[in-house]
Amino acid sequence: MSLAAQVRVQRGMLHVELDVEVADGEVLAVLGPNGAGKSTLIRVLAGLLAPDAGRVEVDGVPWDDVARSVHLAPHRRPLGMVFQDALLFPHLSVADNVAFGLRTRGTARAAARAAAERWLARVELDGLGGRRPAELSGGQAQRAALARALVGDPALLLLDEPLSALDARTRLTVRAVLRRHLAAFAGSTVLVTHDPVDAMALADRVVVVEEGRVVQAGTPVEVSRRPRTDYVARLVGLSLLPGTGKGRSVRLDGGGEVAVADEVAGPVFAAVRPETVALYLARPEGSPRNVWPLRLAGAVPHGTTVRCELEGAVPLVADVTATAFAELGLAPGAEVWAAVKASEVAVYAR
Amino acid sequence: MSRRDGERTGAGVPLPLMVPAALAVAFLVLPLAGLLVRAPWSGLGAQLTAPGVGSALRLSLVSATAATAVSLVLGVPLAWVLARSRIRGRAVLRALVTVPLVLPPVVGGVALFLVLGRQGVVGSWLDETFGVTIPFTTTAVVIAQTFVAMPFLVVSVEGALRAADARFEDVAATLGADRWTTFRRVTLPMVAPGVAAGAVLCWARALGEFGATITFAGNFPGTTQTMPVAVYLALQREPEAAVALSLVLLAVSLATLLLLRDRWLGRAAA
Repeated sequence: MSLAAQVRVQRGMLHVELDVEVADGEVLAVLGPNGAGKSTLIRVLAGLLAPDAGRVEVDGVPWDDVARSVHLAPHRRPLGMVFQDALLFPHLSVADNVAFGLRTRGTARAAARAAAERWLARVELDGLGGRRPAELSGGQAQRAALARALVGDPALLLLDEPLSALDARTRLTVRAVLRRHLAAFAGSTVLVTHDPVDAMALADRVVVVEEGRVVQAGTPVEVSRRPRTDYVARLVGLSLLPGTGKGRSVRLDGGGEVAVADEVAGPVFAAVRPETVALYLARPEGSPRNVWPLRLAGAVPHGTTVRCELEGAVPLVADVTATAFAELGLAPGAEVWAAVKASEVAVYAR
Repeated sequence: MSRRDGERTGAGVPLPLMVPAALAVAFLVLPLAGLLVRAPWSGLGAQLTAPGVGSALRLSLVSATAATAVSLVLGVPLAWVLARSRIRGRAVLRALVTVPLVLPPVVGGVALFLVLGRQGVVGSWLDETFGVTIPFTTTAVVIAQTFVAMPFLVVSVEGALRAADARFEDVAATLGADRWTTFRRVTLPMVAPGVAAGAVLCWARALGEFGATITFAGNFPGTTQTMPVAVYLALQREPEAAVALSLVLLAVSLATLLLLRDRWLGRAAA
């Protein structure tokens, strides 16, 4: 274990109680909504905020241990951090920004300069070292910030929403650069994000944090296939239906009933992917087992389809093609029939 | 948008605002114009090279510069403490250090005299221990000017520090910089324009200092007689010399304004 942290902090109304462990070379994504305590966690790991209780240990060295009054100042921690807005020092050239951490840690000017140039080339910014940060695009600035964080070969890399200030297209290219460098990075990485795509693309493991606590942990695939909270389900685009299994059926806590392919028992989640839901104006003939009369609550364009929010005994999200949506002539409040094959419903224990 | 601007810059200024505004301009500009009109232009050279004038001017420039240097060395750290530290009683501290901004300078001079005078708390100790007396020396001039002018620098730099993004200091910390290194290599360069503006303000205030100086340092030509004091005394004996000296100070003030124009006039126009 390279990073092991138990963090307890009270921030206003929010009580943060998070335990995380990250191995060498592993990338842990901390996924959660704003105000869930993600940034608090990363600030504690960086030493910018002292925890009220708990400990932070990296490579066996205690960085924080409240019980023993250990608190290593941030500048003594061998870490690199990338912030949401690149935060390159505006009064220094790009190369001097990248060299900054080496200089403060005692590397000679020429050697620091050479290392900075090497790292700028690695993040595809060769020849831009002489520029001022204001002369870089958002994506270039964030790549320079990544180089600045990695140049000192830190034991721990902290990424605080590194892509969320970028526009969609830049985000793709910077994510690719980030992915490459994370794969090559030998230390532990903690990535804080509210974007599940970042978590899925960059992380080996995901913890989902809500209201200061871990509500789910697992590989990106597990978390996205089998969400355990509405927040994650919404993020990965699933309808999450909690209920109780009996035979080949799940009786929902909300009142409806969902037929499933296999025998189930006890408290379970049933999860339905939006693209597996078909909509009809009249009850479909030769009916599949899962047919419910629902009401259209809202509809928004979603890629090439229209994402329909449905209310009723079995609240669902359905993706239908724009053509189908037009043919159905649906308006908010309209009554529709929704059908899902039993084999398309994923079921897993609560 | 452009139409609104047009309305605002148009002739539509209501009379009850226009008349007092015009009077205010006249009130502020006429005395300066009078100074220029009454100036003894032909004899100006002679006035300015008269004995005493040069030494007063030199003393003013040297003492104002020294006061600014002292204010920078002490005032910038104070501004940092007020803007960044979390020490208790910071609000009270801020109120205390800005008192000289509103205090009549003569009162400041009296206060300095009571503390640093030969009978004063600190002054008597200095006299007994080191045989040093401060009042009525050039050092007293610098102290009086620093007392009055440093708050201008502190307020200006503190404002710049508050406006600066403190997250850059977090970044520096994660890059291995302790707080002193962060201050030198990140904070100070980022607020440099604010420090420069504060220093210019401070210098201008020190240059024009009169009340505290004459109270605490007196009026000895060559050692404590600064330009404002010289102007005041000249006005009683030979008004023409007073006008000539005033012109020099006016020129210095205008130069100060020019130095700061990008910062203030530019912002007001934008």
